[in-house]
Amino acid sequence: MKTLKIEELSKNFGTTEVLRKINLEIDEGNFLVLLGPSGCGKSTLLNIIAGLETINEGNVFIDDYNVSKVEPKDRNIAMVFQSYALYPSMNVKENMIFGLKQAKTSKEKIEEQLQKVSTFLQVDKLLERKPSQLSGGQRQRVAIGRALVREPRIFLFDEPLSNLDAKLRVEMRREIKKLHQQLKTTVVYVTHDQTEAMSLGTKIAIMNHGVIQQNDTPEIIYNKPSNTFVADFIGSPSMNLIKGKIIHNSNNISFIAEGSTFEVPINNYDFKEKSDLNNKEIYFGIRPEHIYFKKLNEDDFDINLRADLSEYIGHEQIVTLDYSNQEILAKFPSTIKIELEKEMKLYFDLKHTSLFDFNTKERL
Amino acid sequence: MQDNLQSSSYKQLEQKSKYTNMFLRWFLYFVLILFASYFIFPLYVMVVTSLKTMEEIRQGTLLTWPSSLNFDSWLVAWGGRGYGAGDTFLRPYFWNSIKMVVPAVFFSTFIGAMTGYVLTKWRFKGDQWVFLFLLFGCFIPFQAILLPMARTLGTLGISNSVVGLVLVHTVYGIPFTTLFFRNYYISVPTELVKAARIDGAGFFKIFFKILLPISAPIIVVTVIWQFTQIWNDFLFGSTFSFGEAAPIQVALNNMVLSSTSVKEYNVDMASAIIAGIPTLIVYVLAGKYFIRGLTSGAVKG
Repeated sequence: MKTLKIEELSKNFGTTEVLRKINLEIDEGNFLVLLGPSGCGKSTLLNIIAGLETINEGNVFIDDYNVSKVEPKDRNIAMVFQSYALYPSMNVKENMIFGLKQAKTSKEKIEEQLQKVSTFLQVDKLLERKPSQLSGGQRQRVAIGRALVREPRIFLFDEPLSNLDAKLRVEMRREIKKLHQQLKTTVVYVTHDQTEAMSLGTKIAIMNHGVIQQNDTPEIIYNKPSNTFVADFIGSPSMNLIKGKIIHNSNNISFIAEGSTFEVPINNYDFKEKSDLNNKEIYFGIRPEHIYFKKLNEDDFDINLRADLSEYIGHEQIVTLDYSNQEILAKFPSTIKIELEKEMKLYFDLKHTSLFDFNTKERL
Repeated sequence: MQDNLQSSSYKQLEQKSKYTNMFLRWFLYFVLILFASYFIFPLYVMVVTSLKTMEEIRQGTLLTWPSSLNFDSWLVAWGGRGYGAGDTFLRPYFWNSIKMVVPAVFFSTFIGAMTGYVLTKWRFKGDQWVFLFLLFGCFIPFQAILLPMARTLGTLGISNSVVGLVLVHTVYGIPFTTLFFRNYYISVPTELVKAARIDGAGFFKIFFKILLPISAPIIVVTVIWQFTQIWNDFLFGSTFSFGEAAPIQVALNNMVLSSTSVKEYNVDMASAIIAGIPTLIVYVLAGKYFIRGLTSGAVKG
């Protein structure tokens, strides 16, 4: 039984296609993050799961039960919004029990739930306050509390941390993670922040232009992005994509960048398809953190590159390098002294490279 | 040396800007007082005249202060002289107006709030067109709809009645009230409605429990606007009612224009002030919310 299943789902607003043939499955207790740039349809998808938007094609199943035409209140879900959406005229207590009252829950049960959740979220001292008298973090807690008291099957979060300042965001992120670890409720969480997605999700679905680009664990998404969009979207700074082609002769496969003279061996790369590689135009992808200053592994590839620019950001520095007229970035500890306008010896970690077809942008 | 020179020239500049500021400030006060007196002057003349006897009016000028506080003309304006035929006075018409204005303001405000709520929070296909037509209603010259409206009221059997006027004012108030509420509700996050729907609240519950409690500023604006419009209306009142069903503005007109004997300016002035007092009261009671409400749509709450 899948807690949530989405099947061939399409949605358009007028002539604009927002979601195209979405398929998605979540197992009980998982934390799925929908990640993507603004306008990619992730919020629409969440609203559809909640039942707040209609569907043009396809179906949504909760616990194998087709809820495509079921009212939001009967889907056994709860949602936390970006603007918190606390009812301004009601105090914290009234906000939290509003849903239970609508569902005609008994007074004792309401009181019990309120007690339990408000102590759990440490808002039990705030019950008589109006939302306007709360700080951002407190509002967020109350909004989560309002969702919790209903004991839903699925939690939906719509960019819940975007309105908080940077410090509070990190704190609340940790609290949401803790919450999920304790309650083990299934969660669908929408965000455009990759750090949030990486740290919270057990699964991440990366979306762009209404299509899911990759749906996998954070580790696989980071290490084996399935196309150049994912490679570019995840990581900060994002993955270097160096244009060039493959040279495949007898037992040797190597990469040669456009305008460069030397070859990078990629014999050990885990190709999906090993035939017809010679002269294939590709992107050679390597993350800035996988370019080293010192040789770390036996098979690290040493290369001489000219440093053009260094950006100091505290614990590390981001160095812009010139790879035969293609700009690439590398991340080094800030203790290392970089001489600009000079060639230096660096090492590519070949275990952590990704190759993409230049035309289809798909991973090889 | 150079330092000294500079600091002295700074002092001069400081001195200069001080004088400029002082001059501008006094000029501002002068202009403000000028305009204020321009507006207050007619009111002064009205009040003063209403307190004079006819004798005094004939002898003095417009501006002379009354010799004693004499409220006789106010009593006559409100309650008449006490003889039968031809004695027009405001009391019954004042109540007509109250009976007209209270339900008309209530219904038009309520319906406007509802339509504003639907147009912003329950968007449907073609809702922009509905809104556009409603906006169009704000610009209809009322003279253009007098005849069809008279027919409608006749067919409904409520012509020449307070009920008929309530209907007319409610219908023609809706475009404005809708505009007010729509612009207010558009700044209320739609996520509130979504949250309430997930919580299981329906169309009316969301309106009454969540939106209406936060609508006080815009309700005040709408009530003031509608009250002033309806209370001061003369066109609909004089067209769709006559005799005993007339609202106060029509009665005021009859009183001032139809007196057969000598013109009694003091009674006329007192009547005009009485007819204007209710709107004044509404402004004084709710004025500060009026300004707040007008601007509250503009900035995000």
